[in-house]
Amino acid sequence: MPHTQRVTLDRVTADGSSVWQGPPRLFGLNLETEVMKTDRPVNLNLFAMSWPIMAIASITHRITGVVLFVGVAFALYALDLAMSSPAGFAEAAALVREPFGMLVFFGLLLALVYHVVAGIKHLLLDFHHGDTLEGARMGAILTIVVTIVVTAVLGVMLW
Amino acid sequence: MVTQVLSLTRSGLADFVVQRATAFILTAYTLCVLGFFLSSDNLDHGALVAFFGTTTMQWFSTLAALSTVAHAWIGMWTIGTDYLRPAHVGGGATVIRFAYQAVCLLALFVYILWALSIIWQF
Repeated sequence: MPHTQRVTLDRVTADGSSVWQGPPRLFGLNLETEVMKTDRPVNLNLFAMSWPIMAIASITHRITGVVLFVGVAFALYALDLAMSSPAGFAEAAALVREPFGMLVFFGLLLALVYHVVAGIKHLLLDFHHGDTLEGARMGAILTIVVTIVVTAVLGVMLW
Repeated sequence: MVTQVLSLTRSGLADFVVQRATAFILTAYTLCVLGFFLSSDNLDHGALVAFFGTTTMQWFSTLAALSTVAHAWIGMWTIGTDYLRPAHVGGGATVIRFAYQAVCLLALFVYILWALSIIWQF
């Protein structure tokens, strides 16, 4: 099973034919040594893509990363308060029991669990475990299921 | 060749390795702290300080804080270079991306100082 990804510089036009966008060629050989093009085709239009479950699992990994990036501020604030004094600890404990505090607590717990589980899946993929089409689909489903179960268990145990 | 001046190490391969090494450290730290919270029956200020105040935990927390900065920088840089492009945000993409990176850098700078001040207050 090859793990290389074929990168093509052919751009498909509206009528279905493909147009070579790379450097000039002669009998398939590049005539330019500099092959890096600034106008090489990219497709990162999120609204034009199809969204199989692997893509949803992948973008969720990113979204939870951004959530954690912002969430570190809340975690540091709570930890700072709780570590400052016994009164500060009581204050932090009360904050977490407020509706907004609960939202932040469970939101961050969910994001953290997802990001770690998806990260472990990513490491497995690095070693080519489950990087077939069906393996990737199974991995995406497992990531979501494991996250929900682990978050629910941790949420009950920590609360 | 594009010069990746704003990536962490200016090398995609090195960033790749740093991202995974820090992920490993952060997973271990998460399990460690989670283990403490799950195993302590009556969590109070004294128990919290006793746990995070030990020299071993202080260094582990410092390592985790530094790992967070590197990991978050690479992750946010990746997201920025993927979505803050001329195709998405127009001709001013470089300026927008630079501003975005500056905000990320500032936030991470505040985070590391804040974390270190919490960790090493004892």
